[in-house]
This record gives sequence, structure tokens and C-alpha cells, in this order.
Amino acid sequence: MLTVSDLACVRGDRRLFAGLAFTLEPRSWIYLTGENGVGKTSLLRMLVGLAPVEAGEIRWDGTPIARLGDDYRRAVTYLGHHNALKEELTGRENVCVGAALSGIALAAAQADALLARLGLAGREELPVRFLSQGQKRRVALARLLWSKSPLWVLDEPFVALDTAAVGWLASTLATHIAGGGMAILTSHQEVLIEGIVAQQLRLVRS
Amino acid sequence: MTTLGVFLAVVRRDLLVALRRKSEVLTSLFFFVIVVSLFPLGIGPEMDLLRKIAPGVLWVAALLATMLSLNRLFANDHADGTLEQMALAPVPLGLLVAGKIFAHWLVAGLPLVLIAPVLGVQFDLGSRPLGVLMLSLLLGTPLLSLIGAIGAALTLGVRGGGVLVSLLTLPLFIPALIFGAGAVEADISGMGAAGHLSLLGGLLALAAFFAPWATTGALRIALE
Repeated sequence: MLTVSDLACVRGDRRLFAGLAFTLEPRSWIYLTGENGVGKTSLLRMLVGLAPVEAGEIRWDGTPIARLGDDYRRAVTYLGHHNALKEELTGRENVCVGAALSGIALAAAQADALLARLGLAGREELPVRFLSQGQKRRVALARLLWSKSPLWVLDEPFVALDTAAVGWLASTLATHIAGGGMAILTSHQEVLIEGIVAQQLRLVRS
Repeated sequence: MTTLGVFLAVVRRDLLVALRRKSEVLTSLFFFVIVVSLFPLGIGPEMDLLRKIAPGVLWVAALLATMLSLNRLFANDHADGTLEQMALAPVPLGLLVAGKIFAHWLVAGLPLVLIAPVLGVQFDLGSRPLGVLMLSLLLGTPLLSLIGAIGAALTLGVRGGGVLVSLLTLPLFIPALIFGAGAVEADISGMGAAGHLSLLGGLLALAAFFAPWATTGALRIALE
């Protein structure tokens, strides 16, 4: 369970938001909305521990995340704006390396199976720079398949995806949440996840 | 996956990327070769003079060649988001950083060690001083990669970062330069290079312990 209390965010010398508080429990998800520049990405980066917290606390199961260190990082999977792929490596190599850097050993065949689920069968051996934007985003989504984290923090995960991939991601999210996981995501498009009502969190400029 | 397994995975990844980006890798090696070869051409066949300046010239060229290769240590990973994911991985970031530095040395430092004796022949260095030169570079180039990594991490994302890295790290390279070039000079003059090489080895041990930790701190700040 993720608990955020009295959170404030400062970017440069601008105070983006203050006094933010919410709880995210298993089997639920938060749909984070707001205008461009209001602080959605900053909030997500604070939740995963990349950005410093100006004021307030973020707790995972009651313990501040700063104190949990690697234990918290094991519990979170983050997908940011960048795909986090090396352009020179193939799709298969990127998936295997991404997992290895998180301490998970994936065989080439397992990586190929994941890529096939993402609709990239037959393209595992292409260097990623030859894939389209949408295909690169699909490779990036493989992270959700091999990581075993309960909490998914996704920053505009649907960008560049076609309708089929959007449907795939929505159903993957539904499966994850129904199975006891939780997610917080931002998106500029309407997100419908079957059977699970979202908690909507809207950030507004004060 | 074991700690060693993760370390090797990082090294393998960086080597693979470097292999497929050959132009970046060869640039610093060619720079080293050309800079060193310019001196005998510019000075002419003054064997005594060349023998005297050889250790210094070769070491300064190695320094500069390492400087050239430092910005690609973290900049590419920072730009495509993989550095972020490394910072979020449930493995110590210091371990991943150590792997990257080791891979950087394999690609940017080790070739210099191997080619230096060939270049040293242009300076009329004998075989024993050439051996000492190789050994000093073998101890010194990892030291340069380690110290340079701190500079590269500190200047990540800063505009004009390339020049800033040089300004920051060149002064820190000076002890390595003094002991490294000094080792060869000591050997030529008959004093023996053992003292200098031991000090170089000591600096390397210190840097191997301290640099990944300092680099990790600088990277986390750059990722904020």
C-alpha cells in the first residue's frame, strides 16, 4: 500500500504543488490528470524515488521509501517518457539486458515469447532503431511482463501505441490490478480498464 | 542473479553497444596514435630529446584520449532513459556504475596500453622502458577511467559538458600523470620504477573503492 501525505514539489524555483495526499491500495489504480506542466511527471518521479521530496512523506506499507531503498525499488516498476532502450541493441537483447540489470535472468527464448505477446514476433532480432515509435514503445512495455512488482508507475504509457496495443495494455493493467497489483498512470487520452473503477487524481495550478 | 552476474551483464551490454558504435570507439584510439606520432615528426631526428620527452608525451596523449572518450560514458544512457532505469533497479547502482567503468576501460584504456609500445619505438625507447611504460599505463588507464567517471557524472546534462569534464578532471589526473610518466623516467635513469608503480597501484586501489561511490552520488543528483 502506498501512502502519500502532505507532499510538496518544487521544480527550479517554482512550487508546482503542495499539501498533496492520497492512498493507493492493492486492487486499485489512480488515474492522474492535469494540464501540461502542472507536475504530473514530477509527482510520478517523486513516487519512484528519482526526484527529491520538498516536503511531506511517501510511505510504502508504512515505511518511508527513502529508508526502504532496494526493497521499494523491487516493488515498483516505472515507465517514463523515455523507452529506456539502447538503439543499437535488438529487441531481444534490450529485454534480456533490462531484466539482467534488475537482477532477473531471462533466456533468449523467454524474451522472444514476451516480444511475441507484445505483437513483435519476427522482429526480435532487429536493432531497435529500425523499429517505429509505436513498436519501440511496445518493446519498452516488456518491462511490465518480466518484472514482478506490485506497483506500476506509468507516465503516458499509451503514447504512440495503436488501438490494438492500447487494448492490450488496458487488459494487461486489468489483469495486474485484479491479481492484487496497483497502478498510477497519467494519460492524455481516455483510459478504460474493464471492471475496475479508477480513483481520479486531478492536479490543478493554484 | 548473483552480484557478479549483474556486473558481467552490464559489462557485456556496454561492450556490445560500443562494438556497434565503432566510430566513437576508434576516435580516441586514433587520436592517441596521431598525437603521439606528431611529436617525432615535428621535432625531427633528435634521439636524445625524443627519449627524454617520450614518457611525458605518451602519458599526456593517453590522458587526452581518455578525456575524449569520457562523455559517452553516461551521456547516451542518460539521453535514452536507460540510466534512469539503472537508478531504479533493485541492485546497487554502484555495482552497475563499476561495470560501466570497467567496460569503458576495456574499450578506451586497454587499447592504449597495447599500442603504446609500438608508438614508443618512434621515440627510441629501449625494450625495458617500453615494458615499464606498458605497466604504468596498465595501472594508470583504469585510474583515469575511474576518476574521469566522477567528472562525467558531475557534468551530466550540463550544457557544454564536454569542456567542463576536461576542466574538472584534468587536474585530478595530475597525480597519475606524475607517477606514470615518472615511473618510465625513473627506469631510464636507473633508479628503478618500483616506487612509482607502487604509488600508482595504491592510487588505483583507492580510486577503485572511492570512485564508484562518488560517481553514484553525482548520478543521482543529475537524475533529479
